Amino acid sequence: MHDLRKSYGDREVLHGLDLAVETGEVFALLGPNGAGKTTTVEILEGYRRRDGGDVCVLGTDPEQADADFRARIGIVLQSSAVYPTLTVEEIVALFAGYYPAPRDPDEVLVLVGLEDKCRARVRTLSGGQLRRLDLALALVGDPELIFLDEPTTGFDPAARRQAWNTLRGMRELGKTILLTTHYMEEAETLADRVAILRNGRIVATGPPRALLAEHVAVEIRFRRDGEEVVIDTDEPTRVLHELTAEALAAGVELEALEVQRRSLEDVYLEVTREGA
Amino acid sequence: MKLFGRELLAQQRLFWRSREAAFFTFALPIVFLLLLGSVYGDDEIDGIRGSTFLLAGLLGYGVVATAFAGLAITLVVRRESGVLKRVRGTPLPTSVYLAAVIASTLVVVALEVVVQLLVGRYVIDADWPASPGALALALFLGSVTFASLGLAVTGLVRSAEGSSAVVNAIYLPLTFASGVFFSVDSLPGFLQAIATVSPLTYLLDLVRAEFIAGRDLADSGTEIAVLAGWGLAGLLVALRWFRWEPREA
Ligand SMILES: Nc1ncnc2c1ncn2[C@@H]1O[C@H](COP(=O)(O)OP(=O)(O)O)[C@@H](O)[C@H]1O
Ligand SMILES: [Mg+2]
Repeated sequence: MHDLRKSYGDREVLHGLDLAVETGEVFALLGPNGAGKTTTVEILEGYRRRDGGDVCVLGTDPEQADADFRARIGIVLQSSAVYPTLTVEEIVALFAGYYPAPRDPDEVLVLVGLEDKCRARVRTLSGGQLRRLDLALALVGDPELIFLDEPTTGFDPAARRQAWNTLRGMRELGKTILLTTHYMEEAETLADRVAILRNGRIVATGPPRALLAEHVAVEIRFRRDGEEVVIDTDEPTRVLHELTAEALAAGVELEALEVQRRSLEDVYLEVTREGA
Repeated sequence: MKLFGRELLAQQRLFWRSREAAFFTFALPIVFLLLLGSVYGDDEIDGIRGSTFLLAGLLGYGVVATAFAGLAITLVVRRESGVLKRVRGTPLPTSVYLAAVIASTLVVVALEVVVQLLVGRYVIDADWPASPGALALALFLGSVTFASLGLAVTGLVRSAEGSSAVVNAIYLPLTFASGVFFSVDSLPGFLQAIATVSPLTYLLDLVRAEFIAGRDLADSGTEIAVLAGWGLAGLLVALRWFRWEPREA
């Protein structure tokens, strides 16, 4: 997509986004609430109309989305919604019937870890189980491209890890995945590439490691005279060498010495704070 | 076609699973028929047996309760909970989906008519319809008209909680004003004024003409034209204001 713009009323919320997601890639759109993640994803899914720019998804303009296009994408919306009176297996089978070449519904339920709940009514599911059902409905059509808008928000850590495993499995099948999240850890562990969105602008983009490398990458902490010293550097070898040489020469110990690679979270906080 | 058939079955399952909807749209007209039939079934209204008058009226009432009120409330609840949005994200064409939802409503109306006729005949001693074929056509036309008005009214309702309030505020007064339970002639002036524009009045005229007098459909041009006009108006409003996404934002 190129120079994507969107306004609600006279308020422009996307100010010209450029983004390209490669086939087979897991791409994370990271940003705080209100940054424009959902707006962007729903434009790509064909739900919302853009006010400017060019968008091409699987060779189609999503505003012209037809059944063929929709058969090739899977969608997890930010908030889940399915018929509460159906059972889990009924709704998955119903959705499977909408697609020309669906996966086996039972297999999909195993994949998302809902096989024990297959006869439960949807309205009896917990929030996390509903989210997994959403994921099942997104996967059952066997799509090439999967959109996930905050797929693990509200999950406990174990459920999140399981969802990550499911998504990794999808990647191994060659699926392209575009997910939004405000969990750095999620982007860092899952994504091949990340774009950080702030106030409708992309402020950083690249593989998580490259984003880290671009920004101050390593943090060195120790205590001197009872005071904590923190040094941020992208030349940790030289800095450490100088520090330890100095300490050796003075015959003192660098107390509580710690060398830490900075996480994507730090980078994220840094770029989303700048000028905000 | 296969998609349509499967969706129709799914919609039937959804309808019967939802107890409240099934009660208010399917069972309530039958309850009314039994209760009111036992009250004034043996009286005479507009020169005919009370139970027959009532049965014909409640056939029309069932159409409105199911095709208009039930359909509109169901669609608003599905829209606001995000179900319609999610369905629109699948390859199922929206036209097939809506067609299946409406067809499912018509199936419910048809079943209800059959039950009402049986209860009417064997429990409250009403007559059989004089011309069943014409009656079926009249009820079909009425159902399509009210389904189209039901789609239209979803555009007026902003929230799921408001849906039954708005829909009931429209259809309950219509029910009284249009002569479901009593003859319109016995109503006060302002209700009679409503009756002259209410599509339900014309549907009931049509139903009673077919049911009681066995009149030829071709002689009911006015009623048919008014119903078709309302149906068309509803369709135009629906095309303009029907939404698939919640109104939250
Ligand atoms: N339908 C809408 N109408 C008006 N404003 C909206 C609508 N949807 C989103 N917004 C606004 O657009 C901005 C971006 O929202 P959104 O795309 O939902 O962000 P995110 O998903 O990153 O939290 C927010 O300021 C939000 O208030
Ligand atoms: Mg969002």
